[in-house]
Amino acid sequence: MIPRPITITGGRLVLAEGAPVAAAIRLVGGRIAALGPIVPEPGDTVVDARGQLIAPGLVDLGVFAVDKPAFHFGGITRAALMPDQGPPLDHPARVRFAALSGKPDMWIHPLAAATRGLNGVELAELALMRDAGARAVATGRRWIDDSGVMARLLSYCAMLGLVVVTHAEDAGMAGQAVATAGEMATRLGLPSAPAEAEALAVGRDIALAEMTGAHVHFRQVTTARALDLVRAAKRRGLRVTAGVTPAHFMLSDLELANFRTFSRMSPPLRQDADRRAVVDAIADGTIDVIASGHDPRGPEDKRLPFADAEPGMAGAETLLPLTLTLVRDGRIDLARAFDLVAGAPARLLGVEAGVLRVGAEADIALIDPERPWVVSSDKMAASAGNTPFDRRPVEGRVTALFKGGTRID
Amino acid sequence: MQPSIPTSPQIAPTLREYPAGGLAFPHRDLTGIGQLARHEILYLLDEAEQWVELNRQSQKRAGLLSGLTIINAFFENSTRTLLSFEIAGKRLGADVVNMHAATSSVKKGETLIDTAMTLNAMRADAIVIRHASSGAVRLIAGKVDCPVLNAGDGQHEHPTQALLDALTIRHALNLSRGSDLNGLNVTICGDILHSRVARSNILALTALGANVRVCAPPALMPAEIEAMGVQVFHDFDAALKGANIIMMLRLQQERMQGQFIPSPREYRHLYGLTLERLARAEPDALVMHPGPMNRGIEIDSQVADHPTRSLITHQVERGVAIRMACLDVLTRRARALPGWDALTGGAA
Repeated sequence: MIPRPITITGGRLVLAEGAPVAAAIRLVGGRIAALGPIVPEPGDTVVDARGQLIAPGLVDLGVFAVDKPAFHFGGITRAALMPDQGPPLDHPARVRFAALSGKPDMWIHPLAAATRGLNGVELAELALMRDAGARAVATGRRWIDDSGVMARLLSYCAMLGLVVVTHAEDAGMAGQAVATAGEMATRLGLPSAPAEAEALAVGRDIALAEMTGAHVHFRQVTTARALDLVRAAKRRGLRVTAGVTPAHFMLSDLELANFRTFSRMSPPLRQDADRRAVVDAIADGTIDVIASGHDPRGPEDKRLPFADAEPGMAGAETLLPLTLTLVRDGRIDLARAFDLVAGAPARLLGVEAGVLRVGAEADIALIDPERPWVVSSDKMAASAGNTPFDRRPVEGRVTALFKGGTRID
Repeated sequence: MQPSIPTSPQIAPTLREYPAGGLAFPHRDLTGIGQLARHEILYLLDEAEQWVELNRQSQKRAGLLSGLTIINAFFENSTRTLLSFEIAGKRLGADVVNMHAATSSVKKGETLIDTAMTLNAMRADAIVIRHASSGAVRLIAGKVDCPVLNAGDGQHEHPTQALLDALTIRHALNLSRGSDLNGLNVTICGDILHSRVARSNILALTALGANVRVCAPPALMPAEIEAMGVQVFHDFDAALKGANIIMMLRLQQERMQGQFIPSPREYRHLYGLTLERLARAEPDALVMHPGPMNRGIEIDSQVADHPTRSLITHQVERGVAIRMACLDVLTRRARALPGWDALTGGAA
């Protein structure tokens, strides 16, 4: 059955640039057919946005679980699934299965495991996985510490035209660390690694990107030094991009007090100077992407001594409101906020989405950017409530979501 | 000459400076020195004085904790701390049960929380915990209904060790009840990075007014430890100059080989406390070690066994008294001592 065309009126369109524009948008056959000062055509389903934002559905670059209720709550219509699954996405059949796992109302873009079993040693069948639906390649939660393997991976991916999403923590420096070296880790007696472990990894991978011509995307860059390296690489015209999750621009390692395992992240939370450097890097364009890193973890993974707990947070629901804090603080404008959470990730994945443009996929979120709500760990849509933002009041909520021109209930 | 112990009756107790009853120690658990105020540390030290006396008599039994059950849950191997807690509990008349992780269902994959709930359901009146992970004791404390004592959690804290060290110093210097350690220069040397003893001692000694120096090679020094109010040294001789107390920490050889220092003998060359090195400290400087010692590595036998300068066996002795004091104080609410009302929300 072909759904009836939908025209959303009375809203403010979030376009790629400039302030939101009071206009309407018409969705036909799963695509955006028209936008601007248009009126509904006869037979259209008309949705009144009542002054809310009409924005592209979020494209979440790097999640660890397919968790549809959380994604829909957060306005996420596409998510790039990290290969760290059990078993890892290192085989074309698994990639194909993962690519279909959210349809029709949520599109999952699998990221192929760079190496078999994510062991960092043998390259996986990347071309076969690409043709099975992998939109990019990822090293998983870990860095590939063998530079020879990484060089071969990057040159191969450059040939295949696949972006390589990498995790930047020098393995030798990081060791078994669960915190960033500093007063907090010292007081708590937690195994820690210097923040420089990130810059070392970023430095190497930038050098290899330059050598091979590959596009390297650092899924999370969280320290001032590493951000400086990314900034310089971009200035030299290298194909290097960077992402971050809200935890690293909202929180510092002070959150580790009382050994709160919901604040155990990978890479670990940094000291406040680095947190501020992340905010600056978002503002100046060094950071291209904000992703949720959605990784719901139940008590069996989190109700443990800090170092024994698994890292990660359930972040899909808070991605949008926490990104909007940067708009409220005047660090970025609304258009840029949506480029960070939708436009840029869509470009990286090579999908026609993440932006309101005629011809693009009709993934639309209606958003009340001022609607206040309180994050509550025990009332999450996610499959687990491991959020470090528990009890934090936030603003901005998705009130309706359309995937491919069809409203999601 | 053995320092005399100022616990005789002619020294009047100065308890009047403490808040009345349970307000003197408004905590259900002892998870770390970091939770304690200066006067609460002094309170525990003063409370321990009576037990030092008792422990020197041939009849060492007090019935205070008669009928109470204390579980020593040790998830990490220990000989002296476990024994010390066991003796402390028994001398106070409690029924003491030891649970070793090696012989428990922990080996079968039971989670820490499940083990804690099990111990709790057995209605222990106090649980003493040692665990290899920092923060594990606090995690358990949040899940059980009785007082929890930290007998060492990972690299975080070992509060009773710091208390017994402070008491040992006070006795060695003939300081009376209520005395702090104001102005004393204490040098802690060894693997500061991995040492919970160092962290608890830094917190306790600085709270009591001592000037604390820490000394280790850079790889064994935690980042930004200056923030804990200590002076950082890498040169042992410089760290010894002017030191009144020298605390040596065990070289944790199992963590070391090739990773943090080149070899034990090289470590001894730079950081071993020899008689010659000891001479660079204050003339009457005293030496401590939490044990177990690596003789000939971080400390020479001539120093460890020195009749007047070594306090190592004194530390072990005060350990029992301190643990008796902690068990007594923490169970007072359960025993409904006058003035020790149940804690109302917030305090921990």
